[in-house]
Amino acid sequence: MAKEFLSGNEAFAYGIRLARPQVISAYPITPQTIVVEKLSEMVEDSSLQAEFIHVESEHSALSCAIGASAVGARAFTATSSQGLLYMAECLTYAAGGRFPIVMMNANRSTALPWNIYGDQRDSLSLLDCGWIQAYAENAQESLDLALMSYYIAEHKKVSTPFMANLDGFVLTHTYEVVEVPEAKQADLFLKPYVTENKLDLSYPKNLAFSVGPDHNTAFKFKEHLGILRAKEAIDEAEHKFNEIFGRQYTGLTESYHADDADYIIITLGSIAGLVRETVDKYREKGEKVGLLRIRYMRPFPNEEIAAVARNAKAIGILEKDISFGNEGTVYTNVNSALQKAGLSIPSSNFIGGLGGRNISEHEIESIFEELKNEKSTVSFLGIGGGEE
Amino acid sequence: MSLTGKTLNEEEFFYGHKACAGCGGSLAVRIALKVLGERAVAVLPAGCMSAVAFNFPQLCFGNNAMISTFAGTASMLTGVEAGLRAQGINDFQAVGFAGDGGTADIGIQALSGAIDRNDNILYICYDNEAYMNTGIQKSSLTPFGAKTTTTPAGENIRGNLRPKKNMFEITAAHGIAYAATASIGFLNDFMNKVEKASKIKGTKYIHVIAPCPTGWGTATDETIDFAKEIVDCGLWYLAEYENDEFILNYKPTEFTDVETYLRKQSRFAQLTDEDIQVVRESRDKKWERIQKNYKVK
Repeated sequence: MAKEFLSGNEAFAYGIRLARPQVISAYPITPQTIVVEKLSEMVEDSSLQAEFIHVESEHSALSCAIGASAVGARAFTATSSQGLLYMAECLTYAAGGRFPIVMMNANRSTALPWNIYGDQRDSLSLLDCGWIQAYAENAQESLDLALMSYYIAEHKKVSTPFMANLDGFVLTHTYEVVEVPEAKQADLFLKPYVTENKLDLSYPKNLAFSVGPDHNTAFKFKEHLGILRAKEAIDEAEHKFNEIFGRQYTGLTESYHADDADYIIITLGSIAGLVRETVDKYREKGEKVGLLRIRYMRPFPNEEIAAVARNAKAIGILEKDISFGNEGTVYTNVNSALQKAGLSIPSSNFIGGLGGRNISEHEIESIFEELKNEKSTVSFLGIGGGEE
Repeated sequence: MSLTGKTLNEEEFFYGHKACAGCGGSLAVRIALKVLGERAVAVLPAGCMSAVAFNFPQLCFGNNAMISTFAGTASMLTGVEAGLRAQGINDFQAVGFAGDGGTADIGIQALSGAIDRNDNILYICYDNEAYMNTGIQKSSLTPFGAKTTTTPAGENIRGNLRPKKNMFEITAAHGIAYAATASIGFLNDFMNKVEKASKIKGTKYIHVIAPCPTGWGTATDETIDFAKEIVDCGLWYLAEYENDEFILNYKPTEFTDVETYLRKQSRFAQLTDEDIQVVRESRDKKWERIQKNYKVK
């Protein structure tokens, strides 16, 4: 295993090369560009054997990937922000067709106003499209997710497309030392894609058809089961990944001192690093605070959230997202998990980092201080409450 | 040997569907698949042909086929072609069948992208001159003067005010490997163009006129007659583009009367004599350009 100094985008491209996709279709958008530039270089220098299709839009990028997956090829695309919104129609299409495409999304703000920097409004606004949604924290996890994503998406019980989210710039463009597995090892981990859900010249099929009211619910229920069962596939993939590469991941969430904490910040993506450091400082002072990092928004970690929240006095949900007219989407989902588990503890929503605005250590501390009031509020970091 | 009704494959690949009686589009699809055979992998966007053929559990294609997004015929076809080739499979024909709206309106961007990349696909546009599946709304291939549900004929406006977009020459302007116009009224010509296209590497585009009794307001047993007459009166033409050259395949010795063609269809019922003169003049202008720029065979 070689160590290299890679950005999040590059690390993801390295992981994708190890997964040996057969068709890559992509359209450029900041801050995703480097991952597709890197992959096109890999195709050029023959270190990756894939058809690289220069599509004329994001809609075509995913439409092309669907076509490739529908004939049984392993397909990859990548996008961000406006591009993700532009291909939204194809998101539900790929999910409904049970085509296990992998897409990297560089999390970026959505217009208007125009802004190229990172927040998570793009992917979180498309949470209901039927895709597995993972959020990486650092470049190493990005590479590892790229490789694991196909294992999970193509798993027989899952057959669901996979969106791996990397925070724009903060993660996509930040360089870190990354361990890059050998191709031989990666081949032990991930086998070629084999499926019956494909157009087959020996056994012709009609796919991507219409289903009327009588059978439609059954199809949608099966789609729902597929994404729920991704949880088992994630555990299986991570176990096997650890056996081969010696790095263990922790499923749908990652707990950092959350299990015995009085006050917990639940968040996702690269901001978790700063929260972890802040937790260390509080722990040194003897204060029982913790972090629960959501790694997967779909399938949603209902049990994992309830398990840590059970002993807590209050939890705060920090997210780079707002569902206008209500609250952050992650907050809504977390509260649902609490309610289903019969927990009525205070939970507050802290919306920050919109359009790439920096979230400071001081602000993380202020969240922990606010949680000590044990109230349920929704507020924007740096502005305050959403009341009129 | 050129293909005729007698030499055509007897096997059927498109049957049991619920297209309207006299549907021209379904005939175009059926005939093209008989030419292309069982190795055809078809992509059809949302539209008439997918609406009539893919209703689970009644699926009407004997060959591999899938529905694409409305805008995504060409891009999904590209993925199908690349995906099979990436697996070492080469003996197949990736074919798209899209209507006029799916081609000239919402799908033109993806089509342009595929031609630009010279993807090895055959794209067939069955042109019934409006969004028929959704109830006869205007597309950019609806002809001047036609009444549709979004271009109603009233006191102030008498139907559609714009001429048909010239998709044949638009695709040719990309420097496409092969493009052709056709009509289901000239089936031998159509099936031979499909066969010829299937043997050319790169992007191929065939634009076939396919009358729609429901939308045109014609009798269901007159579809073929109208598909012939539109060519005979000069409002459509049979041509090819390859190797930087336009070729006219068929030149009527004398045009039949445009007015007769128009007056028989209820979609043109509101046209005045002046409107018909506009149609006649635009036809003549088009043919002047064809005489000048096309090689006449």
